[in-house]
Amino acid sequence: MAQVTMTVNGKAASGEIEGRTLLSSFLRDQLKLTGTHVGCDTSQCGACVVHVDGVAVKSCTMLAAEADGADVATIEGQANADGSLNVIQQAFQDHHGLQCGFCTPGMVMSAAALLKDNPKPSESDVREYLEGNICRCTGYHNIVKAIMAASGQDVGAIAAE
Amino acid sequence: MYNFEFAKPSSVADAVAALGEEDAQALGGGQTLIPTLKQRLASPTKLVSLKGISEMQGVCTGDDGALCIGGATCHATVAAEAGAYPALASTAAHIGDPAVRNRGTIGGSLANNDPSACYPAAALASGATIVTNSREIAADDYFQGMFTTALDEGEIITEVRFPVPEKANYQKFVQPASRFALVGVYVAKFADGVRVAITGASNDGVFRWAEAEAALSANFSADAIDGLSLSGDDMISDLHGTDAYRAHLCAVMTKRAVAAAA
Repeated sequence: MAQVTMTVNGKAASGEIEGRTLLSSFLRDQLKLTGTHVGCDTSQCGACVVHVDGVAVKSCTMLAAEADGADVATIEGQANADGSLNVIQQAFQDHHGLQCGFCTPGMVMSAAALLKDNPKPSESDVREYLEGNICRCTGYHNIVKAIMAASGQDVGAIAAE
Repeated sequence: MYNFEFAKPSSVADAVAALGEEDAQALGGGQTLIPTLKQRLASPTKLVSLKGISEMQGVCTGDDGALCIGGATCHATVAAEAGAYPALASTAAHIGDPAVRNRGTIGGSLANNDPSACYPAAALASGATIVTNSREIAADDYFQGMFTTALDEGEIITEVRFPVPEKANYQKFVQPASRFALVGVYVAKFADGVRVAITGASNDGVFRWAEAEAALSANFSADAIDGLSLSGDDMISDLHGTDAYRAHLCAVMTKRAVAAAA
């Protein structure tokens, strides 16, 4: 067992881990931050996407030990300080970007990473960026629409397919 | 996943020492190794992370004009910083997905030598030099078959040096579930000839297509590939594509790469 310490959603967090402990397991099982979902556990689906030192990673495919000293952001830290939904989360609600919601934490974290690097993405930019995030409910259309809306762009022209 | 010890040295020398222990294994970004460990297809007693070694990070241009990439540099960094070699930056920008590109490393990809990975094609077509903690290996000598390389036990890829071609392009026919190449063809045109490397197709891993290289060296146009074909006899055949289909794709993707480069 080894000790890890990291910043999670702005607060110091530490715990005892094994070498094999995944970041997703550490967040969910030890820190009880179960908003980060584990869908496939094979780094295909993207439900487990979190930010480590500002970039999106699949937390089921990163060892917790690798995040020692890192700044980690999860879905639990995305809401505004007053508890209201942030711009991306609100856009997902407004544009019906989720149905069952299982993929949503990863979608929101990927969207946040995209908009940080590319504040005004085209529709194809969004679709390409979400290549590693799988949704089995929505057909992606409303997710793309929500992210476009969150970037402040007019989504009236994006007709339902 | 079986348990293991974890070490994160900060220098190549310390990493080499840690890898000297029995059943120790190097960990790059872990985008292949961690799924492999989950399937219990590997059971190292110790994983030695190479991510904390600052001398193995980053992209720069050497005195001879070659692009030098640290072995622990992730794909996203290569995509963003290899502007001096646009075809290579573009190749890196299309490996896996964005989150995978933020973790996976060039050294990890080349050390694993997956028969469908993108970087082996880029390194072989570019005539790259694989620099390790103990020697320099020419790409032509480095790739020795599926998941097999010239690396010795415990040897670490510290840097990869890419000569920058006059023209180059990589065309990947994506296998959509894995995002690896069903077939990928990297074409690089140098002053002294053209090199063509193909990934995803052969049971022996990445290979050069000599016949296409000769034709393209004489005439660098997609038409030069007309009439050329590869045998599917020793190619990968699986539910995603037969050997004959992959052999056909080799010529198609070569033509596309030449057309895009020219």
